[in-house]
Amino acid sequence: MIRAVLVMNTQGRPRITKFYEFWPVEKQHEAIRNVFSVLCSRAEHVSNFVDAESIFGPDSRLVYKHFATLYFVFIFDSSENELAMLDLIQVFVETLDKCFRNVCELDIVFNYSKIHAILDEIIFGGQVLETSSTEVMKAVEEITKLEAASNAINLVSKSVSNWRSR
Amino acid sequence: MEQLKTIGRELAMGSQGGFGQSKEFLDLVKSIGEARSKAEEDRIVLREIETLKRRLLEPDIPKRKMKEYIIRLLYVEMLGHDASFGYIHAVKMTHDDALPLKRTGYLAVTLFLSDDHDLIILIVNTIQKDLRSDNYLVVCAALNAVCKLINDETIPAVLPQVVELLGHSKEAVRKKAVMALHRFYQKSPGAVSHLVSNFRKRLCDNDPGVMGASLCPLFDLVTIDAKSYKDLVSSFVSILKQVAERRLPKSYDYHQMPAPFIQVKLLKILALLGSGDKQASESMYTVLGDIIRKSDSSTNIGNAVLYECICCVASIHPNPKLLESAADVIAKFLKSDSHNLKYMGIDALGRLIKLSPQIAEQHQLAVIDCLEDPDDTLKRKTFELLYKMTKSSNVEVIVDRMVDYMISISDDHYKTYIASRCVELAEQFAPSNHWFIQTMNKVFEHAGDLVNIKVAHNLMRLIAEGFGEDDDATDSQLRSSAVESYLRIIGEPKLPSMFLQAYAISALMKIYAFEVAAGRKVDMLPECQSFIEELLASHSTDLQQRAYELQAVVGLDAQAVQAILPRDTRCEEIEVDKDLSFLNGYVDQAIEKGAQPYIAEDERNGMGNVSNLRSQDQHESIQHGLRFEAYELPKPPMQSKVDPVSSTDVVPVPEALSYRETHPISSVGSTSEAGSSELKLRLDGVQKKWGRPTYSTPTSSTTNSPSEKPANGASHVDSATASYSKSRDSQNTKKTEIDPEKQKLAASLFGGSSQPERRSSTGHKASRSSGGAADGSRGSKAVEKTIQQPPPPDLLDFSDEPTVTSALPSVDPFKQLEGLLDSSMSSTTNHNAGTATIAPDIMSLYGDSTASQDSLDIFHGLSTEPTGATSGETTVTTLPQSVKGPNAKDALEKDALVRQMGVNPTSQNPNLFRDLLG
Repeated sequence: MIRAVLVMNTQGRPRITKFYEFWPVEKQHEAIRNVFSVLCSRAEHVSNFVDAESIFGPDSRLVYKHFATLYFVFIFDSSENELAMLDLIQVFVETLDKCFRNVCELDIVFNYSKIHAILDEIIFGGQVLETSSTEVMKAVEEITKLEAASNAINLVSKSVSNWRSR
Repeated sequence: MEQLKTIGRELAMGSQGGFGQSKEFLDLVKSIGEARSKAEEDRIVLREIETLKRRLLEPDIPKRKMKEYIIRLLYVEMLGHDASFGYIHAVKMTHDDALPLKRTGYLAVTLFLSDDHDLIILIVNTIQKDLRSDNYLVVCAALNAVCKLINDETIPAVLPQVVELLGHSKEAVRKKAVMALHRFYQKSPGAVSHLVSNFRKRLCDNDPGVMGASLCPLFDLVTIDAKSYKDLVSSFVSILKQVAERRLPKSYDYHQMPAPFIQVKLLKILALLGSGDKQASESMYTVLGDIIRKSDSSTNIGNAVLYECICCVASIHPNPKLLESAADVIAKFLKSDSHNLKYMGIDALGRLIKLSPQIAEQHQLAVIDCLEDPDDTLKRKTFELLYKMTKSSNVEVIVDRMVDYMISISDDHYKTYIASRCVELAEQFAPSNHWFIQTMNKVFEHAGDLVNIKVAHNLMRLIAEGFGEDDDATDSQLRSSAVESYLRIIGEPKLPSMFLQAYAISALMKIYAFEVAAGRKVDMLPECQSFIEELLASHSTDLQQRAYELQAVVGLDAQAVQAILPRDTRCEEIEVDKDLSFLNGYVDQAIEKGAQPYIAEDERNGMGNVSNLRSQDQHESIQHGLRFEAYELPKPPMQSKVDPVSSTDVVPVPEALSYRETHPISSVGSTSEAGSSELKLRLDGVQKKWGRPTYSTPTSSTTNSPSEKPANGASHVDSATASYSKSRDSQNTKKTEIDPEKQKLAASLFGGSSQPERRSSTGHKASRSSGGAADGSRGSKAVEKTIQQPPPPDLLDFSDEPTVTSALPSVDPFKQLEGLLDSSMSSTTNHNAGTATIAPDIMSLYGDSTASQDSLDIFHGLSTEPTGATSGETTVTTLPQSVKGPNAKDALEKDALVRQMGVNPTSQNPNLFRDLLG
């Protein structure tokens, strides 16, 4: 299963962190720091895999990908394939890109819940759910639409009730 | 200008809509983004926490605002600060009817809470309700929360609903329900064991996505118990076939690959089911072959599937054709420029190597390239591969490499790991005792505190008790050379590890004890004094105790000291009275006086942890100890079936024999004054041997000349099967253009026959043993000197005085101690002296041959070859036996003896106490 998804910028600030098993906040933070120190010491044009057992315990592998100012990091165990995980990062980033048209760090910072919605459509409870970015987009758009609709209903009903109570 | 840009960006984002964050939030993110230091960032976040605390207490917060507060809380926690004060608000938000708020609430609780948090109880009810909702998005949000928040206690509360959802009309929901059930199974297998059949059922779901989701739990189930899923082999194979033949809807394609993630999972399952099952494996051959042929190796995901195929081929009952195509894929991986593919290639090679060892030989140069690659991940993977292919013929090169790498890294976790690997390989395959000791020294020198302390104790015991060889002379020589190497280490400026200090203090103790017992006045050197004082204040109670003991011992009279540390008990059994029965009288007396009787440790409350720790410790000791059962035969040589030359794998044997034969000869050197130069020579040899394999010693350069390589390779080709001769031929021709260094490394790593290298190493050994012997007799001379000079030898002088340290290595402390013995107690027999007298007779025969290194080498050639020819399986086993400790059974009881040797800081010595107290 996938243990965690981390997105951090090149200064080591976490942008999205999602642990699929519970980790206390302090340990999360320590792990993020350790991952960052490993990643920033890696040269360019080397493999995307890192030995993560010292950070995340036995049977854990780490795959990362560097995009502009961001590191995308997936941590998972031996039941997943490293190359496939690398492509899953690609799927995630492609979807973000489609969602925000030329995604950048700020988009991720300001759209926290939407990013999580996207991630939840790709990975569910630590398992790969969907690998087609168009499918993910469809699902996310539907969610946004329904949310907007329910929002509107809420607003209307509220204004109606407000008006009535007056 | 910068600011303008950000403001512009913000405006643009604002106009994008969909996230009505307030100016406050934007300011927060911006100020954090601009913070120059961690402290500044912390200040900003702490201020934000204060603000949020205040705001959350306000009455009637608009829901929209509330949602933003929750997001801000998440943000605070992501930056590593505690936001627990707001958890309750997130929980409340899950109760909200509005979808966006509910989803935000669920998102927040899944990120905030652990599955045993107190607040979960407030959510379970909501989850139950939401799982029954008509709105499938609400159901999905609830399922998402279920995965993270439900533990084995709360599973029963939601289980019926989740099972019901397996039949939901929407495939997205079915898929998620399967995964949620899988999660339950992971968390508490017992709670859902009766529902396992559901996973089988979902395998036949109309929707391929749901089928794919059910593969994950099935993979887990098959991992645990493959037998009960054998009936599914045909289903899995036919699914895989359909997927590979693109029968799935186009929407499942990914980069022109049909459903690659499903393929990967299926291949993983088949690998488990086919392992050790010929019949099941045979049904997979066709589809595997098809996939390997069809897969597109130009895309990442295509390679992922190919790699999974190799893993499957390596795991199931072997099929020569598939192995061949797997080898081709590996070749492609290794030749690729991508580090990722090289990594996968090395990993795949490690899997396949057990089935077809010759494949490693085809790729030897690629492997060596990976070993020298700057990429750490790749390097470590390659060491993993080397570890798997270690055998007695290449253990020296591999362990040398590992040690070199170990020295170069600073990551303690991996250092510990690779040190333990080195120890393991050295114990298992050591070609000679000398090599073993030297390797262990290196490991301790550079990773001293990281190695399990038991390894050191075992090594010391090994040296103390001998190696199980018949004649004591060999043992004692080995001992003296070991001690010699330790002296060199002590000469180095730093003594980092605690246990080295322990060794030092107990050595000091012994020397002073001998001095006192011999009735001489003891003047403690200032260095020793300060060392002892340092240890008196040590954090380690063991070191402290030793230091105090030493102080006490020095103050006693000769007779008491003799009782405490008798002089020649090296091989005497000491019975440790573990019940401390000699204290019974004292205890009874105390109890009579009204003292509390002793309560055993594990009976005391709250002490469970301690005893746990202890048992863990013991467990570790078992794991890391030297193995006392018989060593297994060296792993089968690479071309064991086809290549008669591979009998040279047995080469270690001739070494051991020749070593025994030659040592008396070499002792000749000892009579001359050339001892010191001999010694130097030996050290040179050692260094060259342990350094990168350059083989630059004059003796070995002749035997190792490149001209011999092709001949060597040719002999391989002759004996190899026709199918491989071709590939190897091309390899050989290629080799000529490649760096000779690399070639040598390749030959020593992969080559089955390593005779030249071997011979040179025996050459070293001879010179070294001669040095050791030389030292022996020199040592006895030195003893006489030291007897006349009351100040004890500066064995443990840690000062950097060059004169002292340089003089040290020529003095054998063991001999010296024995010499001291002789001076007062001439009746004790000294077996070392015995050897010295016997040896010269034999030596004189060959006396001339040792004069020059060359002739010595010739002699070695003579002595190794006949033994090499006669060597067989049985001789192989004798060597490893000589490496490990001989006394398998009573090894444990000898801990006390080990303590006497001063090497076991953890064990107790009641005798010592008695004498001190009484």
